[in-house]
Amino acid sequence: MSYTFTLDGKVVPFVDGQTIIQAASAAGIFIPHLCYHPEFKPHGSCKLCTVKVNGRHTASCTMRAAPGMVVESETEEINAERRALTQMLFVEGNHFCPSCEKSGNCQLQATAYHLGMMSAHYDHFFPNRAVDASHPEALLDFNRCILCSLCVRASRDVDGKNVFGLSGRGIKTHLIVNAKSGRLADTDFTLADKAAQVCPVGVILKKRQGFAVPIGERKYDKAPISETAETTEGR
Amino acid sequence: MGLNEMHAEAVAGVVDRVINRYRRDPTCMLQILREVQEACDWVPPEAIDRMQAMLGVPRTKIEGVAGFYSFIYTEPRGKYRVLFSDNITDRMQGNRALMERLCSNLWVERGKVSEDGLVSVGKTACTGLCDQGPGMLVNNYAIAGLNLERIDEIAELIRNKVPLADWPPAYFRIEDNIRRADILLNADFTPGEALLAARARAPSDGLNASNMRSWREGLPSGIGGPGATLDEIKRSGLRGRGGAGFTTGLKWEACRNAQLKAGHQRIVVCNADEGEPGTFKDRVLLSKCPDLVFEGMTVAAYAIGATRGFVYLRGEYRYLLDHLNAVLAHRRRQNLLGKDICGLPGADFDIEIHVGAGAYVCGEESALIESLEGKRGTPRNRPPFPVTNGYLDQPTIVNNVETFAAAALIALRGGEWYAGIGTKQSAGTKILSVSGDCERPGIYEYPFGVSIRQVLADCGATDTQAVQVSGPSGICVAENEFDRIIGFEDIPTAGAFTIFNKSRDMFEVARNYVHFFQHESCGFCTPCRVGTSLLKNLMDKLHYGSGSPYDFAEIEKLNQLLQSMSHCGLGHTACNPVLDTIAKFRPAYDKRMMQQDFTPAFDLDRELSSARQMTGRDDAGAHLETEHGGQS
Amino acid sequence: MTAKKKLKVATTSLAGCFGCHMSFLDIDERLFTLLEHIEFDRSPLTDIKTCSPDCDIGIIEGGLCNAENVHVLREFRKNCKILIAMGACAINGGLPAQRNHLPLTTILEEVYHTSPGLANGMVPNDPELPLPLNQVHPIHEVVKIDYFMPGCPPSADAIWKVLTDLLAGKEPELGHGLMHYD
Ligand SMILES: Cc1cc2nc3c(=O)[nH]c(=O)nc-3n(C[C@H](O)[C@H](O)[C@H](O)COP(=O)(O)O)c2cc1C
Ligand code: SF4
Ligand code: SF4
Ligand code: SF4
Ligand code: FES
Ligand code: FES
Repeated sequence: MSYTFTLDGKVVPFVDGQTIIQAASAAGIFIPHLCYHPEFKPHGSCKLCTVKVNGRHTASCTMRAAPGMVVESETEEINAERRALTQMLFVEGNHFCPSCEKSGNCQLQATAYHLGMMSAHYDHFFPNRAVDASHPEALLDFNRCILCSLCVRASRDVDGKNVFGLSGRGIKTHLIVNAKSGRLADTDFTLADKAAQVCPVGVILKKRQGFAVPIGERKYDKAPISETAETTEGR
Repeated sequence: MGLNEMHAEAVAGVVDRVINRYRRDPTCMLQILREVQEACDWVPPEAIDRMQAMLGVPRTKIEGVAGFYSFIYTEPRGKYRVLFSDNITDRMQGNRALMERLCSNLWVERGKVSEDGLVSVGKTACTGLCDQGPGMLVNNYAIAGLNLERIDEIAELIRNKVPLADWPPAYFRIEDNIRRADILLNADFTPGEALLAARARAPSDGLNASNMRSWREGLPSGIGGPGATLDEIKRSGLRGRGGAGFTTGLKWEACRNAQLKAGHQRIVVCNADEGEPGTFKDRVLLSKCPDLVFEGMTVAAYAIGATRGFVYLRGEYRYLLDHLNAVLAHRRRQNLLGKDICGLPGADFDIEIHVGAGAYVCGEESALIESLEGKRGTPRNRPPFPVTNGYLDQPTIVNNVETFAAAALIALRGGEWYAGIGTKQSAGTKILSVSGDCERPGIYEYPFGVSIRQVLADCGATDTQAVQVSGPSGICVAENEFDRIIGFEDIPTAGAFTIFNKSRDMFEVARNYVHFFQHESCGFCTPCRVGTSLLKNLMDKLHYGSGSPYDFAEIEKLNQLLQSMSHCGLGHTACNPVLDTIAKFRPAYDKRMMQQDFTPAFDLDRELSSARQMTGRDDAGAHLETEHGGQS
Repeated sequence: MTAKKKLKVATTSLAGCFGCHMSFLDIDERLFTLLEHIEFDRSPLTDIKTCSPDCDIGIIEGGLCNAENVHVLREFRKNCKILIAMGACAINGGLPAQRNHLPLTTILEEVYHTSPGLANGMVPNDPELPLPLNQVHPIHEVVKIDYFMPGCPPSADAIWKVLTDLLAGKEPELGHGLMHYD
C-alpha cells in the first residue's frame, strides 16, 4: 500500500515499512544523518536525523513513517539542535581537518558545513586516543571516531568477520578490533571489506593515498552534502 | 608469579566449568564473565581466549560486553576490590573521610591498584544502603554502617590477606529497617496461595488447561482461569512501580495477545536492577518476601501464558543471590515452579536469576533485555516494544519487583479489594525508601495519597529543606510543596525519598546527581554521551567558584538538548535535578556564580604547572591570574 | 558612508603560522575598499605594539600555546568591542594542539634533553621567555569570542565576506564554498 505524510509542508509518499528518512530521501529531501546508511539496519545513535513528528522529537532513521504524520525537519530550532550535536562530536574527539586525509570527503565535516557550524563552541576534551598503523594497507585513526558503528555493522553483517566492535561505556565508549593484541594487523581485515568503505569520517583510511585528490576538488567541495546523490537518491 | 596471575590452564579450567554450567549459551555471556571474575579476581585475556573458543563468538563481542559493565575488569584490580558507595547520602554520612582513611591505611591511591597488587579502592554509584550507610562493596559483597573503627579493621583484614569468607559475618548483615508495613510487607502469605486462588477462578481445570495450550500456540482466547486472573489485575487498577507507571493489566494483555512465532514462548522478567540512587525497597522485598515476588511472576506467567522467567538482580545485591536461588529450589520442590504447576497440566514455568554488573541503564527495560541476552546494555529503538519483541525477539513483560508482589496479592484477594486501597487514580500501596536527614530512615509502606509532610513527620525529619522523590530522575520537592501527595495524580515515584535539611547545599546535591548520570550514560547516543560530560564539567566549574552567568546559560541550553534529543529515559531525565534545583533553589546557584563575566574553561595558572616544574621558575611571569575575559 | 567614523581594527597572530594574515592580504585590491571603512590599530601589518582602548574589531589568528598568548588575547578582549577568531588554530588549536596528547614534560624533555646533538641541554628558564601551557587551547575557552571564521586558512573571499557582513551590520554567514575547515 502507498500512503503519504507531510514533511515541512511537502507531501511525501511512502510504502509500508519505510522509515521517515527512507521516504524523504526517495522523495529527494535531505535530512542530515551520520549513523544511517541506506544499506544497513538503522542504528539510531548519532541523533543528527532528529525531526519532530507531530511535535515530538524523534530519530527519523528509526521511526517508521505513518499515514498523516506531520514532520518538521528544516526548522531553525531543529537545525540549531543538530548543530549542537555536531559540535559535541567535534569536541569529543580530535578533529584537525587541515591534516585529515578525509577532509572534503567527510560526512561529519560536510554536515557541519550544511548546518553552518562556525566553531565547535564547547570546550574541547582533547582525549588521548591512539593511531593504529599496524596494518599494511590501512590506517586507523581513532581520534576521529564518532562511534556510528557503521564499520561494526558492515564487518558483521556484510563481511561476516566482526573485525570491529564497540567497548567501554558512556564517554569512554571506543572502537576495538578483533585481535588479542588489539592491532588491526592481527585481524582478518582487508581493503576489499565493506567495512573499509563505510566510515563517514577519517578513521579507516587506505594507506599511501595521501592527498591523491587535492583539497578543494573533493566530493563535498563540489556540492554540499544536501545535494549529493546518495543522500537524495530520488532526485 | 604475581597475586593476580593464574596459569593459563587453571584459567581455562575455570572458564570451562562456568561455561558448561551455562549450557555453553552465549546469551549468558554476562553471567559467565561475572563468574569467571569471581574465580579469577578479574577477566584475564586467557579467559577471553577460552570463551571465544568455547562459545564460538568473536573477541570484539566479549570485550565489548566486558568493557560495558563497571564491575567486570579486564585488567587486574587486586584480590580485594573495594568500592565505596558514593551517593549523596553516603557523602552526607562522611564516606569521603572513610575512603581517605582506608587509602592511607593501605598505601593505595584512590582508583588505583596497590603496588603489591593486593587491593584497589574506588567509588561506585548508590549501593542501595542509604538507610544504613555509608556503604561499600568488597568483591561485590555489601558492607553497611561503616565507621572509622570498621575501616581500620577492614584495612587490617586486607593487609593480613584474610579471605572474605572469614571476615566477621556482622559486617555483611544488611538490615531490612521496615518502619511502616501495610498490605505487602504485612502480608500473611503462604506460598502457593495466590496460584491456587487464580486457578480457582477457572470454570474447570480442563478448560483451563486447553486455554493455556492455546496461548502457547499463539491463539489467545479470553476465558478460563488465566483470563479471569488478567481481569482481576485489570480491575485492580495496578500500575507499574518501577517509575513509568504503565498500567500492568494492559501490558500483560498486550503480551498475551502478541502473536507467537514458531519456537517462541512468552517471557516474564522481574526488574530488580534498582539502580536509582536512594531506592532500596526492592532489596527489602526480595530479602523479606521473595516468595511473594516469585509468586507474582508465576501469576503473571499463568495469566499471559509464559513459560520462562528471569529476575535481573543488580550486581550490588549479589549477596542475596544464594538465598534467592534456595527459595526458587524450594518452590520447585513444592511444585510451585517447574512442570504442571499446582498439578495443572500445561502450567509450566521456571525462573532464572541473572545478576547485573554495575550499569544503572540496565534498569531501562529494553537495555535490561539486551543485558539478559548477554550483550552491552544499550537501550533499543522502540517501537517495537518488549511486549511483542522482547527477550530473543519473543513477547516479554518487564515489571518491577514491587509490581509482582502486588500482583500476587491481587490474585489472592481480588482486584476489587486492591482498587479500594489508596486513591481513585492510584490504587494500592507504595513502598518508600526513606533516607537522608531524618531520625528513622528505612522502609515505609503507605497507601497512595500520603502527603510528603506526613512521611516527614513519621520518619522524624525536622528542619527539612527539600525531598528528592523518586531519585535523581524524579522530582525535587521544596518546603512549600510538602502538602503534595504520593500518587500518579501528583507525585509519582519509583520509591526513593531522600531528605535534605536546611544545612544542605542543594547545588551540591544536583552536582552529585549530574556526576551519577555522566558515569551511567551508556554512551550510545551523542546528546547524552557528550552532553552529560559537558554538564558535569560546567557544574564542576561552578563548584570551584569560577562559574559565571554565561556558564549558567550554557547549562540551561544543554538541559534542553538532553531532554529533546536523547535516546532513552536516562538522557531525558539527566537534567531533572539541575532544572528542579535551579527553579526551586536558585540562590544556591547564584552563590556559585562568583564571576560577573565570562571565565576560562580551565584553571589557567595550573596550565603552567608542568613548565614551572621543568624550568624551576616561580617569578610573576611564571603565573597566570584567572581573570575574566569579556562581557557575557 | 564617508561621514562615518572609520572602525578601528586590530589583529594579531598567537600560536598560528601567519597563514591567516597572508590570506587576509590576499583580499588584494578589496583592501582599498576596506580601508575606506576601517583603519588598522595594533597589527603585524602596522607594527603598532599595543591596542588602543577603543578598538571596534579584534581579529585573532592562532590558539593559545603559552602565557604570552594569554596576555595578548586578554589585551584584545579588553580593548576590542568585537573579537573574531580567524582560522583553525584560533578555533580549535589547530596543528599546534596536536601536541596535546603528549605531556608537556615529555615534550620539553625530548626537545631539550634527549634529542640527538644536544649536549648538556637544559630547558631555558629565562624569565623573559613565556612559559608554555600544558595543552594548546582554542581562544574561546579563555575569553568570549563573538565571531568565528573557520579555515586553514580561511580564504580571502571568506574573510572578505565575514568583514563586509559585519560592516553591513549583518550576522556573518559563509555558504557552500566559503565554509571550510581545511
Ligand atoms: C535509565 C532507567 C533506569 C530504570 N531503572 C529501573 C529499575 O531499576 N527498576 C525498575 O523497576 N524500573 C526501572 N526503569 C523503568 C523500566 O524501564 C520499566 O519501565 C519498568 O521496569 C516497568 O515495570 P513496571 O511497569 O512494573 O514499573 C528504568 C528506566 C530508565 C529509563
Ligand atoms: S574526520 Fe572529518 S571532521 Fe574529523 S578531522 Fe577529518 S575531515 Fe575533519
Ligand atoms: S571507525 Fe568510522 S565507521 Fe567505525 S564507528 Fe568510528 S566513525 Fe563509525
Ligand atoms: S540517553 Fe544516555 S543512556 Fe540513553 S541511550 Fe542515550 S547515551 Fe545511552
Ligand atoms: S542518522 Fe538517525 S540517529 Fe544517526
Ligand atoms: S594559523 Fe591560520 S589556520 Fe592555523
